Amino acid sequence: MASVAIRDVRKAFGATHVIHGVNITINDGEFVVLVGPSGCGKSTLLRMIAGLENISGGEIRIGDRVVNNVPPKERDIAMVFQNYALYPHMTVAANMGFSLKLRKASKDEIDSRVNRAAEILGLQPLLGRYPRQLSGGQRQRVAMGRAIVRDPQVFLFDEPLSNLDAKLRVQMRTEIKELHQRLKTTTVYVTHDQIEAMTMADKIVVMHDGLVEQIGAPLELYDKPDNLFVAGFIGSPAMNFLKGNVKANGKLEFVGPSNTRLPLGKAPASSDGRPAVYGVRPEHFTIADDGAEAEIQVVEPTGSEIQVVAKLGGEDVIAVFRERHQFKPGEKIRLKPNPSLVHLFDAATGKRLTA
Amino acid sequence: MTDFALGRTSAKAPPRESTAWDRLMVNRNWLGFWFMVPAAGFLIFFLAYPLGLGVWMSFTDTRIGRAGVFIGLENYQWLADDSIFWLSVFNTILYTTVASIIKFAVGLYLAILLNEHLPFKAIIRAAVLIPFIVPTVLSALAFWWIFDSQFSIISWSLKQMGLIDHNIDFLGNANNARATVIFANIWRGIPFVAITLLAGLQTVSPSLYEAATIDGANRWQMFRSITLPLLTPIIAVVMTFSVLFTFTDFQLIWAMTRGGPVNATHLMATLSYQRAIISGFLGEGAAISTAMIPFLLAAIMVSWFGLQRRKWQQGEAND
Ligand SMILES: Nc1ncnc2c1ncn2[C@@H]1O[C@H](COP(=O)(O)OP(=O)(O)OP(=O)(O)O)[C@@H](O)[C@H]1O
Ligand SMILES: [Mg+2]
Repeated sequence: MASVAIRDVRKAFGATHVIHGVNITINDGEFVVLVGPSGCGKSTLLRMIAGLENISGGEIRIGDRVVNNVPPKERDIAMVFQNYALYPHMTVAANMGFSLKLRKASKDEIDSRVNRAAEILGLQPLLGRYPRQLSGGQRQRVAMGRAIVRDPQVFLFDEPLSNLDAKLRVQMRTEIKELHQRLKTTTVYVTHDQIEAMTMADKIVVMHDGLVEQIGAPLELYDKPDNLFVAGFIGSPAMNFLKGNVKANGKLEFVGPSNTRLPLGKAPASSDGRPAVYGVRPEHFTIADDGAEAEIQVVEPTGSEIQVVAKLGGEDVIAVFRERHQFKPGEKIRLKPNPSLVHLFDAATGKRLTA
Repeated sequence: MTDFALGRTSAKAPPRESTAWDRLMVNRNWLGFWFMVPAAGFLIFFLAYPLGLGVWMSFTDTRIGRAGVFIGLENYQWLADDSIFWLSVFNTILYTTVASIIKFAVGLYLAILLNEHLPFKAIIRAAVLIPFIVPTVLSALAFWWIFDSQFSIISWSLKQMGLIDHNIDFLGNANNARATVIFANIWRGIPFVAITLLAGLQTVSPSLYEAATIDGANRWQMFRSITLPLLTPIIAVVMTFSVLFTFTDFQLIWAMTRGGPVNATHLMATLSYQRAIISGFLGEGAAISTAMIPFLLAAIMVSWFGLQRRKWQQGEAND
């Protein structure tokens, strides 16, 4: 096990710069998830840690060692690919034991390590099969088995669950998390699914266009997003954003679209009158007499909750209620954001204003 | 869809007994038979008939301009005592073995090279195809000049460099001539092998190599453990065709040496042509051609077993 330090790392493919100076510290034994929209450079960063891509600038350390010029096999990492990359002509056991065979381990040692990994993952009955004879979830597990067998310093996962169906994904999510709790190997996990990130990570790194937007524990990102991008990316359904101004003299409130008055818990004094963005998560609305008037457009009950799309000051907002309100499209309701849970962002820079 | 429609009619009125004609009209095999007729007709007319005629002629004493009579195995008995025939068998096997092995080795090497990131990749790939595109007779004529006993550019260059003091007799000396025609065949056959294997290489997912890199494989180990096993099915196909083409080669030899010097480069195909068409002994020529069949069948059998689906290729491909 080892820590991983990424210092001002840059990557350019020819003239195209895709990573513009990234700093991440991953502690020993930590489960870190890199999350961000498609094309933001997550895979590229992971592949640089693995040694599959050159590092154009900056420095990556695994443990105490700078690995910029260390070939992949000497970095002591294991990687699980999105398409699993299992060797089609080798049995499950041979796939898992391949790296040991290359290291000229004895047959007994290979067998015992493959068996131990197979046991952890429940793969024993499949050891003699070929990848083609496995289901998607089983292949996924074999790919993980191949990584476990090597007992590496760091596990790298590149969207390992994106080829699975929704139900299996949830199951494998738990399995990977359990595996990490058991082995405690430092893990870097790439996904574009923020739910996966929230549920699995000790620490989330939100990336966007080759830059890190925010690093923090899942709930930290949820409660205190640093900027509009993180606020909109973390949480589902996404946070509602309303443009307007802060009014600080007299009663502190936010003047939203069409002069809608929205409550504010606190705001820096300097923000008075400045254009700002008011952010409220769908689950932080309540129905109250002193709420802002909104007209219901669509009602979507999911069983455990009701999701409502409503027009508030001419803007679509989404609200989620756990109570079973009997809403009808066209109906007027009064929505009140919980003032202590709303977020305020600078309209020009997108940076968080509330402390 | 049909079931559904049938279900509805039967609900309204009891279905009428289906006649033999009705059953024939929906029988897929019957329809399939008719789809196959044109192709089968072509094959019978253009392949089976000439083949059958050839084999039949080998049992007769037909000559050009004279219909023959059945003489049983007499032609074959003649051939069994004919040292030139056995020389041509030896030549053919030598020619096929040496040329195929070298074509395979060099072709595979070229394919791997072309699969790398080279500058001007497209142009180089196109250039590799040139020997394949040039008509055989044309390239054979070019080789004829290159290896000519008096005007050979190779001899000339070596003389200019002072390495030799008189011309090499490429096509006049038996072993030189064999080496020369084998070289020409290799030159001509490599593009087919290289390009087909390149196509095979491109079906190997790059992520397998990345996985192997991380597993700690070096270039050679990747080649041995991943490239080669994944390429075996296509290698079997390519080499079967390559062996068949080489074994039955005619044009190159005929244009370069006509089987000379003193039959040293006669292949079974050229000898057959010479006996049948040039000398007019159609029956004997046909017997030589027919004698090639067992060799070709053997080559096909080898590839048939090589082509059997391997265990790892079986099962569902839901990826
Ligand atoms: N070999 C390459 N040459 C040029 N550009 C590349 C190359 N590989 C990736 N890129 C570019 O780098 C950027 C980041 O790619 P990357 O694969 O890291 O995205 P990602 O965050 O993993 O996205 P996804 O979620 O879709 O996998 C993309 O804009 C992509 O076009
Ligand atoms: Mg990716």
